[in-house]
Amino acid sequence: MKEHHLQLENIHIGLAGKQLLALSAEIRGGEVLTVMGPSGVGKSSLLAYLAGFLAPAFEASGLVRLDGEVINQLPAERRHVGLLFQDALLFPHLSVGGNLRFALPAGEQDKEARIEQALVAIGLAGFAERDPETLSGGQRSRVALQRLLLSQPRAVLLDEPFSRLDTHLRREVREFVFAGLKAAGLPAIMVTHDAEDAEAAGGRVIQL
Amino acid sequence: MPRRMRGACSALLACLISLPASAATPEPAAWEQVLREARGQTVYFDAWAGDPQINSYIAWAAQQMQSLYGVEVTHVKLSDTAEGVSRVLAEKLAGNEREGTVDLLWVNGENFATMKGNGLLFGPWAEQLPNFALLDADRNPEMREDFTIAVEGYESPWTRSQLVFYYDSATVENPPRDMRELLQWTQSNRGQFTYPRPPVFLGSTFLKQALLELAVDSAPLYRPVEPEQFASITAPLWEFLDALHPQLLRAGRSFPGGGTELRRMMGDGEISLALSFSPAEANAGIMAGELPPTVRSYVPRGGSIGNVSFLAIPFNAQAKAGAMVLANFLLSVQAQAHAYDPQVMGSATVLSMAALSAAERALFEAIEPGPATLTPQALGNTLREPHPDWMDALERAWVERYGAR
Amino acid sequence: MALANAQPAKHALRLAPTLVLIVLIAPVALGLALTLLPAFGYLPVLGGERLTLTYFAQLFATPGLSHSVAVSLLAGLLTPLCALSLVLLFLAGTAGTRLERWMRRLVAPLLAIPHAAAAFGLAFLIAPSGLFMRLISPQLNGLDSPPDVLIVNDYWGLTMSAGLIIKEIPFLLLMALAALPQIEPDKRVAIARSLGYRPTRAWLMTVVPALYPLIRLPVYAVIAFASATVDVSLILGPNLPYTLSVMVLQWFNDPDLSYRFVAAAGALLQLGVTIAALLLWRLIEALGAGLGRRWVSRGERGAGEAVLRVSGQLGVGLAVLVSVGGVLALLINSFAGFWRFPDNLPGAWTMQTWSRALGEIAQPLANTLLIALVSTALAIVMVLAVLESEQRAGRRLSPSMLLLYLPLLVPQIAFLFGLIVATEFLRWAPDIKLVIFAHLIFVLPYTFLTLAEAYRRLDPRWSQLAATLGASPWRIFWRVRMPLLLAPCLTAAAVAIAVSVSQYLATQLIGAGRVPSLTTEAVALASGGSRGIIAVWALLQALIPMLGFALALFLPRLLWRNRRGMRGLH
Repeated sequence: MKEHHLQLENIHIGLAGKQLLALSAEIRGGEVLTVMGPSGVGKSSLLAYLAGFLAPAFEASGLVRLDGEVINQLPAERRHVGLLFQDALLFPHLSVGGNLRFALPAGEQDKEARIEQALVAIGLAGFAERDPETLSGGQRSRVALQRLLLSQPRAVLLDEPFSRLDTHLRREVREFVFAGLKAAGLPAIMVTHDAEDAEAAGGRVIQL
Repeated sequence: MPRRMRGACSALLACLISLPASAATPEPAAWEQVLREARGQTVYFDAWAGDPQINSYIAWAAQQMQSLYGVEVTHVKLSDTAEGVSRVLAEKLAGNEREGTVDLLWVNGENFATMKGNGLLFGPWAEQLPNFALLDADRNPEMREDFTIAVEGYESPWTRSQLVFYYDSATVENPPRDMRELLQWTQSNRGQFTYPRPPVFLGSTFLKQALLELAVDSAPLYRPVEPEQFASITAPLWEFLDALHPQLLRAGRSFPGGGTELRRMMGDGEISLALSFSPAEANAGIMAGELPPTVRSYVPRGGSIGNVSFLAIPFNAQAKAGAMVLANFLLSVQAQAHAYDPQVMGSATVLSMAALSAAERALFEAIEPGPATLTPQALGNTLREPHPDWMDALERAWVERYGAR
Repeated sequence: MALANAQPAKHALRLAPTLVLIVLIAPVALGLALTLLPAFGYLPVLGGERLTLTYFAQLFATPGLSHSVAVSLLAGLLTPLCALSLVLLFLAGTAGTRLERWMRRLVAPLLAIPHAAAAFGLAFLIAPSGLFMRLISPQLNGLDSPPDVLIVNDYWGLTMSAGLIIKEIPFLLLMALAALPQIEPDKRVAIARSLGYRPTRAWLMTVVPALYPLIRLPVYAVIAFASATVDVSLILGPNLPYTLSVMVLQWFNDPDLSYRFVAAAGALLQLGVTIAALLLWRLIEALGAGLGRRWVSRGERGAGEAVLRVSGQLGVGLAVLVSVGGVLALLINSFAGFWRFPDNLPGAWTMQTWSRALGEIAQPLANTLLIALVSTALAIVMVLAVLESEQRAGRRLSPSMLLLYLPLLVPQIAFLFGLIVATEFLRWAPDIKLVIFAHLIFVLPYTFLTLAEAYRRLDPRWSQLAATLGASPWRIFWRVRMPLLLAPCLTAAAVAIAVSVSQYLATQLIGAGRVPSLTTEAVALASGGSRGIIAVWALLQALIPMLGFALALFLPRLLWRNRRGMRGLH
């Protein structure tokens, strides 16, 4: 599998003339860069900027390179930057299979098989027709990760991805997420409050 | 207050749009040609549509027009004739001289005066209609004047109306026969009578009727209002109303919105004496189950105000020929006799019996008027409508006096 | 951040707000100008060629004008004040209870009854000879003729305000219920309760301050409507003198065409009265906010909980009861034969009124459906285009979009006559297409009002997530936003249909009477019809909106019957 890498060059984000953060970093495939810091320092703005939906009120500069290509000017859907939120955010109007199908690129062959394969990989074989609401918290997180991977991202952003989970689930989900990202060779940036998250990620930690 | 009608319109806005020369207008004298031209036309007939009986009658006339003359008639149902007038006015304002949306309009009195005065009507045409002769207009001058305004062939008569009173004979023995008796009657039957709020037509007609009865001299009422005389001429009316109002339903603090509401109040037993501008209304109310079968109609001792309803063609009507054919059909013996039938409309005819043949007269005589309908004899003396100025002036004076406490 | 965009569809979408605004505002502005110029004496066709203020002098000399203005203002303030307080108290007292869920279902059919139909229902219920008095006479009060008391058409228009309040309660309830999920009332109340506040009080203290800004515009629409209503005023309002709006209508309809000038001046005054009502309401808002803050800071916890809870339930309950009673009165009257007064029920029943009406209904029904469906579809597409363009631009629309609400604030009578002249100038024939366009002017603002909040408050993470999964903006629109917003879209469509169906002047005047609808037939017949006829047509008028709301309620349930997450999302 091809390894991707993400470079942030002199990223500056400010609001109303006031600088929120300045950052440069390089993240290799399978590596997780953890960004920590108190609320309001612009952690979320950083992720929004990288993903492509920073609100126009913000001022931002710097270059984001993904596999060498500058992606700053690309719309979100063409950046190949995936995102995991606090919640699994499975589309409530789609079935579990429908959620996975939504992520598959348009030209993909044999979608049904890919979906079933993805479900088998997370121990949810035969769940395609299920209402996502009927899944347990852990199952939802797994589906969300599979959905992300099916969209074939080249980098992943994690926005406090485990903060809504209770303690025992948290460890389990953390493990398979990081394992999944590593296996796919994806560079990742994680924003979190939790020192345990940072530790489990095993990568560099930037304090803002 | 600028009461006088405005003069001829300015061409300022109309000039914005240049128009091709007006096409030849139909000439009613050449009737065969009018009939030919009318065939295939669609006539939009704008008429008040508050009475299901009248609506059914117009629907019947539309069928007849289709089968007799190949003219399609569409009843444009109005809740207020002013809507039709507004439409024509807007068209004139925008310089629409030939593509008007109203072909025939049911108008009366004030609206007619206004439209004629502002050049909104086509004509003259009415006196050339073949059936105009049946009106014997020389002996029936009301066919040539609408609220004292000379018609001059700008509208064609349709139906005849007259102010009548009706009462429940089960509870009232001797209904009042004139205004002074009315006042006495209400004093001993408090809250049993009321009249619609002017400027509702029926309410205004009640005011005119009262003034005609109470005024020292009725002659000035047939001339335009002279402001300096208005107060003295109308003084007896206000004195009468001042005494009457405390005796009315709701002590005169609220007045019904029209004849229908009055009929409903009669049906509910809120009042036991009411008035109408249609001699057939009480009968229709009994048939429709809205009034008790014991209701009877009558006309005041000295007679009551009556008038003729007319049909006019706007200046920019598209189907002028078709509109004339419809107006002429509505004047036919067949259409008038049908309207006279209390099962249909119960409307008094505008035709002169003297101008009809014996066979034609028999058509009318064969119709049995209902128990609450007044025969032409019982309708008695018809009082002429005062000059339209008076209607307006009385309405405004009434509103000023009682309309806003 | 600038998104690269090349597709023409995107450009069209970006222009959507401006285009919609032009389509909507141009006719209103033109109509308004052509109507209002006569206020200053300019109407060449009637000989008015010089600008003058005499018509304002004439207007202000009208007897009873100050009382008319006062009643219009009173209705314009009393209606939102009562309706809003009752709605808020009700929601506060019933949050999460069975009563609230029950009300959610009832709100739609109540909203579906057109204003005029509801007003007739109320009149048929509470008039001295109405259903209520008939039911209790003579057994309870010994009356054998209706009491001579002034209930309907009272001097201060209180019955009219009552009719408006009853009708606006479901509207504000719907708006509040649509906005509530976005401010998470449960969490707010939970926090306040943990601080020792009882539930109703907690709701009022923590939810209302966040909710009110979301339903402010609907409240303004209520003010504008109540201060300028024509149909409700004609049925329930005072007539000695009439309210200002009715006076204006009568001047417009005066056979003496010179009164067009006064009517125009009156229309301008009506606009001023509506604006004054809105400004006074701003004052009430500020006052309410101040008192509210004081109340919250006093930190009282115990007293008054029961009073607060019960007053809302009683008030809304009474409004519902009266609405239902009105419909019942309409139903009974529609089948009634002759019905002598003290009889509790009609002495005879008849199908005649219904069968006659049903025989005439085909064409008006077809027109009404066509106009309502097309204008609603156009309005939904235009509103979605505006909202979607706002989403993609990532910033709120410019304040100029508030002009969208102009048709709700400007009294109809003030620009419809001008609009006719405008369409005449443009040589647009008065046909069904033109009527649809005229309806759009009124339907669109209500659609926007109903849909905008839900659209804007949809969790942005859904579309962000979809974008990071590689979905294009159009795919996000169709596959994510539309399904998630299906319920609010259908509700907006139902409101739009109800608004379209109830349009009288816009149908009759713009269509030159050639496009008969259920409402034009109803109004024409009501102008002279009996109680039975009025009842039948009022019920027929309520039919289509009722179906619309039923569909809006049940279609999402049917589609999402296997998607638990779609329940309670809106």
